[in-house]
Amino acid sequence: MVPLSHILLLSVILFTLGTAGFIIRRNVITVFMCIELMLNAVNLAFIAFARRLPNLDGQLFVFFVIVVAAAEAAVGLAIIVALYRNRNSLAIDDVDSMKL
Amino acid sequence: MELLLALMLLPPLAGAALNGIFGRRFSEGLVSAIGCGAAGLAAVFAVLVAVVSHLGPESPPFVHSYFTWIQAGSFRTDFALYYDRLTLIMTLVVTVVGFLIHLYSRGYMEHEGGYYRFFCYLNLFLFMMLVLVTAASYPVMFVGWEGVGLCSYLLVGFYFPKKSASDAGKKAFIVTRIGDAGFTVGVALLFWTFGSVNFPELFPKVAALGLGDQQRALTAACLLLFLGAVGKSAQLPLYVWLPDAMEGPTPVSALIHAATMVTAGVYMVARSNILFVHAPEALKTVSAVGCITAFFAATIALCQNDLKRMLAYSTISQLGYMFVGCGTAVFASGIFHLMTHACFKALLFLAAGSVMHAMSGELDMRVMGGLRHKLPVTFWTFLVATLAISGVPGFSGFFSKDGILAAAYNGPFGAPWLYWLLTLTAGLTAFYMFRALFMTFCGKSRVPHDLEHHVHESGSKMTVPLMILAVFSVVAGYVGIPRALGGSEAFDRFLEPVFGGSQSLLASSGVAAAHPAGDLALMAGSLTAAGLGILLAYWFYLKSPEIPEGIATAFSGAYRTLVNKYYVDEFYNWLVVQPLLTGSRKFLWQFVDAGVIDGAVNGSAEATGDVGRVLRRIQSGNIRSYAAWVLLGAVGWLGYLLLR
Repeated sequence: MVPLSHILLLSVILFTLGTAGFIIRRNVITVFMCIELMLNAVNLAFIAFARRLPNLDGQLFVFFVIVVAAAEAAVGLAIIVALYRNRNSLAIDDVDSMKL
Repeated sequence: MELLLALMLLPPLAGAALNGIFGRRFSEGLVSAIGCGAAGLAAVFAVLVAVVSHLGPESPPFVHSYFTWIQAGSFRTDFALYYDRLTLIMTLVVTVVGFLIHLYSRGYMEHEGGYYRFFCYLNLFLFMMLVLVTAASYPVMFVGWEGVGLCSYLLVGFYFPKKSASDAGKKAFIVTRIGDAGFTVGVALLFWTFGSVNFPELFPKVAALGLGDQQRALTAACLLLFLGAVGKSAQLPLYVWLPDAMEGPTPVSALIHAATMVTAGVYMVARSNILFVHAPEALKTVSAVGCITAFFAATIALCQNDLKRMLAYSTISQLGYMFVGCGTAVFASGIFHLMTHACFKALLFLAAGSVMHAMSGELDMRVMGGLRHKLPVTFWTFLVATLAISGVPGFSGFFSKDGILAAAYNGPFGAPWLYWLLTLTAGLTAFYMFRALFMTFCGKSRVPHDLEHHVHESGSKMTVPLMILAVFSVVAGYVGIPRALGGSEAFDRFLEPVFGGSQSLLASSGVAAAHPAGDLALMAGSLTAAGLGILLAYWFYLKSPEIPEGIATAFSGAYRTLVNKYYVDEFYNWLVVQPLLTGSRKFLWQFVDAGVIDGAVNGSAEATGDVGRVLRRIQSGNIRSYAAWVLLGAVGWLGYLLLR
């Protein structure tokens, strides 16, 4: 039996990687993947706790997260395609038109 | 009785309400019918009350409480009315003269805008004046007191699109307010000292005191009450509003600023007679102020060329006489003069209004002259009133003025200087009144040609009240023929129940006639003065009209001072108005308002803006930096939760 702390540590590492990638990377697709990575890090934490506690809520939540992530992937990728068609670029700094 | 009293008060109020609310839709005839009808009803009921009150046996003053008005702790005031012989005289004067002036206004205000507004205010004034004279406590009296002040303000500023008229209205209101402040403080002081402000409780309490008890409180209270009277009755130093109040329509000047409202101060002093006799210092102040005002205003009236303004100064002067009557503790003489003055001064003003009507609004006596033939009724009635005010024997003013002169000399608080100054003033009065008469009605016409063919006698709507008032101006004096002339002093004896208490108090403590002198000798003095005044006026303005101009150039300094009314308005302007305006502008406006208040408002707005300008740098549009902030926030929050 893998101890809970190990799994949580893995989850934290994955989440941190995702966050760092989200902040540092400029390619939209990479950023998108980083978000997925963070979501899955959270999923991992949920599963770990669900196993540890005699409780299925965590597993239930994971399903929801996966469903939302799937929907997000569909919509997000569609946006990325539309973005590329319009701007001919995937660099995230090219779509900061809100900036002063 | 209480029903009759209420019926006397209510018609003017109802008339004011009707005309005020619906008057705009009524025809002029209906408006004036309501207005005059209400005044007439009030007069009828005033007479009825007077008759009924005399049917029964001699009784103490009638008091009836209609409802409780204010109750707070030990302070209690009912809306109660008080009816004794003083009230009787005042209600009759107010309603009868008021009714005649209503009748006159029907003709005078024709074709002027705001007909219904005028009658609404006039009725409201009548109601308030009746409240004032029938009140059974100082607070209720104060309601009427302020009510007539309000009506005075509204009516002086009746032609409000004219700047001078609206300014005069404000001046009348603000200047009298100074006196009103004294009045309220005086009433508060009475409550503090005696625990009551209702006449039926207060007066017996004071009457039971010996002379000298509570002297300080009573003197202070009386002086404060008198300050109110000074404001209302236009005495020195608060008289300045009355001449300007002539901006109002002439019937208003006649009713409010000659016959009734300005005499409210005299009435109030007479009503409080029992308080005043306990405060000799206050009484002496009253007579001194009255005497000096009488002389002062008469000298100003000498050089006025505006007919109505001249009459206004004459009113101030005559009010001074009344105060001397009250101040020498011969209250009945003051009230007697109040009554006769109401008749002849109202007549003078109405006649002046008739002249003004004929002259298309012109009031400068220098462009009149010779109007006798064109305005016969106006001339004869004006002549009667002039004779009355000058104190010519046989006319009402003679009897009443003589009573005051006698009081000034040998009344309980009389003094020779009062008598001599008033006698001199009587001469001045005769002079300036006949000067006005001669300049307006006699001699050669100085009317400009384009006006000349307009000049016409007023219609019967205006002349009939003039004639009735002329009759009153003659006969009103015969109710109080002095004993020296074989009369019975019926008027004084009639008011005995009102003033008897204070008179016997004075008599019992040895304050009696200080300077006994023959009444006939005193009378001769005033007659000589009046005769000289009339002769001088005749000589100056009919025989050799070049003399006044010669005098004016020879004493140009004195003449200019008089024409400019001793520069009192300018002085007040410099002393009070300008500092107030400058202070308001520089301190209240430019510092407090613009600096502090606006500064606080604008400052907070600017601070918000500045903070926003700094904070908006955060919204860079750079998503990664947002994410970094979110992360930072999450880490910070987590850190706080963990390390707490």
